[in-house]
Amino acid sequence: MSSRDPGARFRSLLLPHLDAAYNYARWLAGNDHDAQDVAHDAVLRALEYLDGFKGERIRPWLLTIVRNTFYTWLKKQRPVELVESFEEETHGAPDYGSDPQAAALRNADLRALAAAIEKLPREYREALLLRELEDLSYQEIAVVLEIPLGTVMSRLARARKRLEEVLRAPAPERKYGSRF
Amino acid sequence: MDRASECRPELVQAYADAQLSVTQSLEVERHLESCARCSALYANQKALSKLIGQSSLYHRAPAALLDRIEAELGIEAPPSAPIRAARRSRESLWRAIGVAASAAFLIVLIGAFGIRLYGPGAEDPAMHDIVANHIRSLMPNHLADVASSDQHTVKPWFNGKLNFSPPVRDFAQQGFALTGGRIDVVGDQAVAALVYRHNKHYINLFLWPSSRGAAPPRTAIRRGYNIIHWTQSGTDYWAISDISRDGLETFVSLCRASP
Repeated sequence: MSSRDPGARFRSLLLPHLDAAYNYARWLAGNDHDAQDVAHDAVLRALEYLDGFKGERIRPWLLTIVRNTFYTWLKKQRPVELVESFEEETHGAPDYGSDPQAAALRNADLRALAAAIEKLPREYREALLLRELEDLSYQEIAVVLEIPLGTVMSRLARARKRLEEVLRAPAPERKYGSRF
Repeated sequence: MDRASECRPELVQAYADAQLSVTQSLEVERHLESCARCSALYANQKALSKLIGQSSLYHRAPAALLDRIEAELGIEAPPSAPIRAARRSRESLWRAIGVAASAAFLIVLIGAFGIRLYGPGAEDPAMHDIVANHIRSLMPNHLADVASSDQHTVKPWFNGKLNFSPPVRDFAQQGFALTGGRIDVVGDQAVAALVYRHNKHYINLFLWPSSRGAAPPRTAIRRGYNIIHWTQSGTDYWAISDISRDGLETFVSLCRASP
């Protein structure tokens, strides 16, 4: 079917991924208002480019457009925030080190988890959310984030390690690193 | 050097994320058997994934966003009777979309599995209740009345609550983990609703005794959800989820293989 009607194309191809588009935009922008603007613009842009889509899965492709839309928007709205830097990435392999003696994460506080994810550097957070919430493969994440596969894996490892540290810390006096 | 004795944390992570080939997975599994450090790494990652899955970190698109996009595209939603006050505007809009989409999808949906489609004129009366029940089940605290991944807990729970005993199977090994069960109403029939989880997504499997003969799976999409309906061994089955149609077909073939 090749309907020219953008409404029908939206409903059949993009509507099933609207939650994903909004969720990603929401985590990137950090608030509902901006996320709606970004998701709205991204969906309309995706409709425009739909003819050029040759891939297998629409979702990663749509999320790439959400991401590009967000960063274009960010550059205009809040240029200062683009200067996040990730010193660790220049310092060799990530430390995966889980301590086998460490307490399990079973009883962790879900609110602390959400707060910790929000405090992750955006680059780590993106990789983690695309993996954990959208179930994208490493390869798909690499395409969306425009980074090598190895970087996907190291960002995931670092994001997870930080979250584990936060969740394992004793509740009232959580010791955050400088990033937190 | 025996590769299974090496600590390769990046492979353990990829193994937990199900990103490895079969060969690589077997190597990691052999290593995990003998390495406490990597086993802890694996267990922690799985625990973290589970926590993230349980949390409400997923932000669903608000109705206002859909309204804006629809308005931009010049789509008018006809007014329709409210189903539930809580999500009234969204529900009626979704219903309008569902009707329109059923026509638009007719051709697209003829899949490789010989699955037949519901045309706009052949809507099963159960369809509406299936979709409404699925949506309600996703609201907080509505998912399951008995929450358990153990089929031997879920199945007996239905005893005395239904006038039939639903077949309950767990497909956790295949990526579709049983998470619980619930009683719902479709038409005026009390039905069993089994809840499965696939990654972060839920599948509702509704089933009840049927006097119809066996019928092969038919697919439909309503309000963005994929739906597959079939009749087998005197039971009507409806599977509904927001996972991809391929994913839902995989789930259905598992159900059909173990009725």
